[in-house]
Amino acid sequence: MSALKSANQIKAKFGDLVAEPTEFRGEITLKIADAEKIFDVCAFAKSIGFDYLVDITSIDNYGSDPRWTVAYHLRAIGNGIEIRLKTNVSEEKSELPSVLPVWRTANWHEREIYDMMGIRFSGHPDLRRILMWEGYPYFPLRKDFPLAGKPSDLPGVAFTQISPMEGGPFVTVAGGNDSIAREPRVRIPETDSVEFNARIEARADNKEARGRAFGPGPIEKK
Amino acid sequence: MATVQDVEIRDSAARTAAAAEELQDVQGEKMVLNMGPSHPATHGVLRIVLELDGEVITKADPDVGYLHRGDEKIAENMTYTQFIPYTDRLDYLAPLANNVAYALAVEKLLGIHDKLPPRCQYVRVMCAELARISAHLLGLGAFAMDTGAVTVFLLTFTEREKIYNLAEAASGARLTTSYTRIGGLMRDVPPTWCDQVRQFLKEFAVALNEAETLLTRNRIWVDRLRDLGVVSKAMAIDYGLSGPNLRASGVDWDLRKNQPYLCYKDLDFDVALGSVGDCYDRYLVRMEEMKQSMRILEQCCNKIPGGAENKSHEPVSVQDGKITLPSKQKVLSSMEELIHQFMLVTEGVNCPPGETYFGHENPKGELGFYINSKGGGTPNRLKIRAPSFINLSILGELLPGCMISDVPVVLGSLDFVMGESDR
Repeated sequence: MSALKSANQIKAKFGDLVAEPTEFRGEITLKIADAEKIFDVCAFAKSIGFDYLVDITSIDNYGSDPRWTVAYHLRAIGNGIEIRLKTNVSEEKSELPSVLPVWRTANWHEREIYDMMGIRFSGHPDLRRILMWEGYPYFPLRKDFPLAGKPSDLPGVAFTQISPMEGGPFVTVAGGNDSIAREPRVRIPETDSVEFNARIEARADNKEARGRAFGPGPIEKK
Repeated sequence: MATVQDVEIRDSAARTAAAAEELQDVQGEKMVLNMGPSHPATHGVLRIVLELDGEVITKADPDVGYLHRGDEKIAENMTYTQFIPYTDRLDYLAPLANNVAYALAVEKLLGIHDKLPPRCQYVRVMCAELARISAHLLGLGAFAMDTGAVTVFLLTFTEREKIYNLAEAASGARLTTSYTRIGGLMRDVPPTWCDQVRQFLKEFAVALNEAETLLTRNRIWVDRLRDLGVVSKAMAIDYGLSGPNLRASGVDWDLRKNQPYLCYKDLDFDVALGSVGDCYDRYLVRMEEMKQSMRILEQCCNKIPGGAENKSHEPVSVQDGKITLPSKQKVLSSMEELIHQFMLVTEGVNCPPGETYFGHENPKGELGFYINSKGGGTPNRLKIRAPSFINLSILGELLPGCMISDVPVVLGSLDFVMGESDR
């Protein structure tokens, strides 16, 4: 039984929902077209032996649509086969089903993704911030959150000023037109005119996006 | 003038019944106890909110993030090579192992992880195994001290000091080693290094034996550890535990055996497995792992290509000007090397677009790096799968039912480090 065989097994079960498996450096990746179905796919994957969830990762495809990608890295402990499931989530929705009932380790992974990126997991019983403090207003791993940080006006919380090193002395970006674009001291995407505006113009939902550069905020407590 | 007072004295059974009615609210009341974030038994800045019924824990809610520095965000904003020093600060008890894990992850993206020079592979394995011993020693020392056995701590810290000396001899730094580079090592080990390692192994065997005589059959130690914090096989897999914690539950999974990388295929060692999955098993597995690491180190000292002094000048880095820095002499005398040096330093190693995940068997468990690249010298997304973070997530299920005095034992047996958990 190889990873490709397992991938085809998943594809056979779900048909058009799952794209053809791709291989890179010996790792098999399956793209799931509809994020709403990720729970069903994961539950099926577990039933054919993928009992170990290694990791869940979120990726911010800032400037293109759909904005979020969530990647699940699965492993079958019995025979050591690994497979990656990927699905896209739009910025408007920013929500997909939780896989917590399939693997309990998903609990903290999903909380971390919510904390860092602001993607919500429906059905998660305890979706709180985990690394940042309760009540922190931003999602720091988003590409439009500047590396230097943002001041927040929460009373009594330490370190709310932007960082004194202005993002550190070693921050570089490969490529770019000139040395300023390549090695900016503080990159604040909203004011980073050249590159930022080009990205915004490239977006399909450009008008809507302007007003909501930061996506949906934290869940309101009821 | 005498007054008569009516005093009602009920029999004891009636009194108890009346008192029970009054105390009903008090008896059912649970106490919430905050433990940490700066508690000596939490090994760093872990906070646990415990709900207690008397001395028994009914609910535990671990709270992490006090050491969050945003390593993943930082990684997106610098070249692959610039991030190496940040990996020192993940699991700061085993920086050498983190360096090796990160370098291998980027090399996998480049497609050169199985084309590394043999000497580089052996030195990396030795680094990883020394780091494993060092991390387990600290874990064991702190574990024993939290349980009341201070002597073990002194023994293990003496031995750790020697490992720091070895790290210093190899990399020039004791803690923040940053010893690996993408495609190889910062430099070769000094000619006397293998002898120093052999000398260390000789002394360490004695000390480990001494620590074992102090603990393994110690009545108090066994009584406090046995049948406590039992993690079943299914539960360990479900919670994604890794490393010694997974193996203590009897799951035969070691990345060095199951997905061999570097030169682990050529080395002879056994994987330690537990049977019950309690704290005592986790202790035993770590003890055995240190012995196996000694075996690996011994073999590496004998088999290292080029020998200890590297008289045949075996390379320790990939010979590719687009990945590793050329020698300074060549940079100053040759145009091509000068260009390579300039491009590597300013733009970083040019990685192909794509995504890879590489898991490394670190002392605490599987340290994985998921790299999503759009091409160029910086990652688009770098996710660190921190074993301590995932191992801690089981606490909410493991602690309820334990006594308060069991908490340091369970924490010590899980052996986590917050620098890695919070990233």
